[in-house]
Amino acid sequence: MSGRKIGEVILDLKNISLSFGGVKALQDISFDVREHEIRAIIGPNGAGKSSMLNVINGVYRPQEGDIILRGVHHANMDSYGAAKAGLARTFQNIALFKGMSVLDNIMTGRNLKMKANMLQQAFWLGPAQREELEHRAKVEEIIDFLEIQHIRKTPVGRLPYGLQKRVDLARALAMEPQVLLLDEPMAGMNVEEKQDMCRFILDVNDQFGTTVVLIEHDMGVVMDISDRVVVLDYGKKIGDGTPDEVRANPDVISAYLGASH
Amino acid sequence: MAFFLETLLGGLMSGMLYSLVALGFVLIYKASGVFNFAQGAMVLFAALSMARFSEWIPEWLGMDNLFMANVLAFAVSVVVMFVVAWLIERLVLRHLVNQEGATLLMATLGIAYFLDGVGQTIFGSDIYKIDVGMPKEPVMMLESVFEGGILINKEDFVAAFISALLVVALSIFFQKTSTGRALRAVADDHQAAQSIGIPLNRSWVIVWCVAGITALVAGVIWGSKLGAQFSLSTVALRALPVVILGGLTSVPGAIIGGLIIGVGEKLSEVYLGPYVGGGIEIWFAYMLALVFLLFRPQGLFGEKIIDRV
Repeated sequence: MSGRKIGEVILDLKNISLSFGGVKALQDISFDVREHEIRAIIGPNGAGKSSMLNVINGVYRPQEGDIILRGVHHANMDSYGAAKAGLARTFQNIALFKGMSVLDNIMTGRNLKMKANMLQQAFWLGPAQREELEHRAKVEEIIDFLEIQHIRKTPVGRLPYGLQKRVDLARALAMEPQVLLLDEPMAGMNVEEKQDMCRFILDVNDQFGTTVVLIEHDMGVVMDISDRVVVLDYGKKIGDGTPDEVRANPDVISAYLGASH
Repeated sequence: MAFFLETLLGGLMSGMLYSLVALGFVLIYKASGVFNFAQGAMVLFAALSMARFSEWIPEWLGMDNLFMANVLAFAVSVVVMFVVAWLIERLVLRHLVNQEGATLLMATLGIAYFLDGVGQTIFGSDIYKIDVGMPKEPVMMLESVFEGGILINKEDFVAAFISALLVVALSIFFQKTSTGRALRAVADDHQAAQSIGIPLNRSWVIVWCVAGITALVAGVIWGSKLGAQFSLSTVALRALPVVILGGLTSVPGAIIGGLIIGVGEKLSEVYLGPYVGGGIEIWFAYMLALVFLLFRPQGLFGEKIIDRV
């Protein structure tokens, strides 16, 4: 993490509350994310981590609160709006397009950047063709970066879990997002795959300067790679700070270990 | 042998027409998970629009050129089908996102009745002629190979050719263009597609437009064979077994399913019919579909249904 400079606040979440009927998934949660940083959201099962990510991504709309991305209010967007605003995400249970090849999957990530209209595409006219090639070049760059050249043409459904996760990341990166949201990127991986994924996240952050918000279960991994950590428990924020601060926070310790004071 | 070939070819050609209607079902099911019961009504609506505009346009413009009248009527009908697609998305589907399959099915059933009614209110409920200059006279072929040659219906031949062309064009559109890729993505996973910036609403409009065009082509072809009339909307029912046979999610399945049903109908009628007193053609397709439902419910090419327990 050498030349990386953490900048201004890029994403600001204010007093977010979300409930499903009587269940309060998130209660009055506020935190911010600074440009170029790696920000983790951790917490025990059912703490509201995924709900939080889904709120940022526009899948859920919070009943209260405000989401400010680069000074623009986004409290009422859907996930298409989130994508347009520069937020990309990966999914905990991998939501790739299973019937399509790795290359096609990643190409779909370029959809928002494509300008040629349907008619030009339908007749494979000059502009559409040139555009396709430009985007293809960018996608090849990402494929090289994530070291998945050898599976380019393979249908995604046939790949092992760890590689699917990597393709999921590649598709999100193809959007050239301002903020990358990762939903449990290491879940269900073996040690080696986890190390690879950590390296990729750090490299993405370092080389492209992409801001990363990640949810993770594995405390060890989170503490190693994050700049700052938010801790949730039962839908409430119980800690926020650098990994060392969070580790020393008694509330966090009791939430994770169930210790009584 | 000549007679067998003749029956086979006849079956293949009528099968191609079934495929065309089945294709409409598959396109919409793939992209939006909706089993579109209104496909038959769309065929009828498109055929009526084609028939009536090719009559009205020469009157309005005072011209006397059959070819131009047909081209204009076809263009107008394309626009009409686009408007229908847009309205269906805007007024119905948009409000039913993430609802159960059965709800959507009922909605399309409603659309079917609505289109049937409105179509006949606007365009009239008589039998109208569609004359796009399809050759009507049969021709003899391969006279040097077989004694007496084999008799081929030129109209069926042209129709099959047009269907095949449309199918090829659609496959290229879906496989090679970025819009096609986006549509396949939507078909695979709505949520993921939306989160990477593929607009669901627009994708659905595009798919219904494409289905509208296949309905129009099917409507013109069937209409010029049978006349544009109410019974066209039941053509879709003949395509249902094709969809079951080929698999709801497979474009090649729709085509091959159509061909199998077309050939099966004709061959069984000719060779088995005499033993059971004929009439096999009417129920053969449904029988075959039933067998498939029992032993291979996902169809020949459909995605295998695997549930995690």
